[in-house]
Order: sequence, then C-alpha cells, then structure tokens
Amino acid sequence: MTRAGPIPILRVADVLLTTIHVDLQDTIAAAFQEDVLLEIEATGAKGIVIDISGLEEVDTHVARILAETGSMARLTGARAVLVGMRPEVAATLVRMGYAMGAIETSLDVEEGFRLLGAWPKG
Amino acid sequence: MPAVAFASQTMSKETLAIEREEDIVQVRKRARALAQARGFDAFACAALTTAASELARNVWVHGGGGEATLEELSDGTRFGIRLVFRDHGPGIADLERALRGGYSTARSLGLGLSGARRLVEDFEVDTRSGEGTCVTITKWTRF
Repeated sequence: MTRAGPIPILRVADVLLTTIHVDLQDTIAAAFQEDVLLEIEATGAKGIVIDISGLEEVDTHVARILAETGSMARLTGARAVLVGMRPEVAATLVRMGYAMGAIETSLDVEEGFRLLGAWPKG
Repeated sequence: MPAVAFASQTMSKETLAIEREEDIVQVRKRARALAQARGFDAFACAALTTAASELARNVWVHGGGGEATLEELSDGTRFGIRLVFRDHGPGIADLERALRGGYSTARSLGLGLSGARRLVEDFEVDTRSGEGTCVTITKWTRF
C-alpha cells in the first residue's frame, strides 16, 4: 500500500486506528484524508477511530479537516469516530461557534472502539 | 504599592514573520509558551493559542503574509498577552459580516475572525481596502 502522509493508520480487527500527533497543515491534511480513504478501501474496515488526545488546540481549520474526513469515510461506508478531545479544546471550539456536527465523538480510544462494536471480548 | 491602578506595562515584545504555512505553527507555539510561563490555565491557553492560530492563518491565506507581534503585559494585578496580526492584503470587504461569522471562503468555515473574538477579552480590527488588516487581541489571566 502506498501511503503519502506522515500519520500512521493501524488496523485493529475490522477497525482502523489513527492518532494525530502532528500539525495538520494543508499538505499533510490532504495526504491524511487520502490515506484514510485508501486504507478503508484496502482493508474493508467498517470504521475508523481518530484519536486527537495529542492535540493541545484545534482551530477551525483542523476541525474542518477532521469533520471532512468523517464525511469522506461515511461516503465509503465506514463510520469515523473522533476520540480524545481535551476539555479545553471542546470548550474552545464551542465558544467559537463550532460543533463537530459531521463526525461522531467518544471520550477515548476504548469508548470509540466500543461505539464501533469492535472492543475485543474477554 | 500605589493605591491607584496603573496603566498596563509592556514586559516583553517580539515580532514573528508569517510568510509560510509553518509560520502559523511558530506563532501559535510562541503564544502558548508565553501564556504557560505567565500561569494561564489550560482553558485560557487553548483559547489564546486557538485565536492566534485563526488570525495567523487569516494573515497567511487572506493577507498574503504579514507578521505577528507578541507582547507580555502587566496591569499591576494580572498578566496579559497581546497579539497583533498585520497584513498588507486587500482588507476585509465586509467586516460586519466577517465578525458575525459564517462568512465562509473556499478554504475556511468563516469562523476565524468571529471565533477568535469570542476567545479573548479585548479585540480590535482595523482594516482598509487595498492597504491591509490589523487585528489586535489581548487575553488576561483571571486573577
């Protein structure tokens, strides 16, 4: 598989997991969205958990990229769940007048996997 | 201590160029470093740095580049961080609409200016057609 961007996307059972740990500048953001779509196609994953616990701030530019990624995943038949948003990030986004309407959210990676019905039993 | 409050004093001042997309990150990181050093809590840090990110991006995308000045202030009881964003772009055609929010262009949600305004205590815009835009924001520690 050819992947263009620096953000790794892991396959765990039938779900994908990715952690955003770098600034989503324009070129990286576009590569990330394409990588997500290619991985969904290649693996047949039913969903993707996007972990943003490493992001200390999410501006409307990054929020738009994340919401877009969710919409793109949905068009290919996969559910995208955004997890790990820090309290101060959530407060800031809502104060700015933005809510991540286009993407599902969960508290953390574990809850995200549960939401997708992918948390391993036992 | 004097009985009357004195005007805010500048404790440090620095200017960073915004010419490439990476410069937005540098402005944001520097604003965060100043805010953290002055004891801003996580919510205030996120508010200030997110506003910085929005305004620096506006300089880069709409203003064709410019600069950010970061200033540390004290009014005797609180610390403040003042950020000034300057560009020599076309200016904001409909400022009222931009401040209301949802004035979207192809590359944004249209919430940059209106959103940044809601995150700080003091907010000023000076925009002139064909000359450029200058946005000044200040965030203060709570106590």
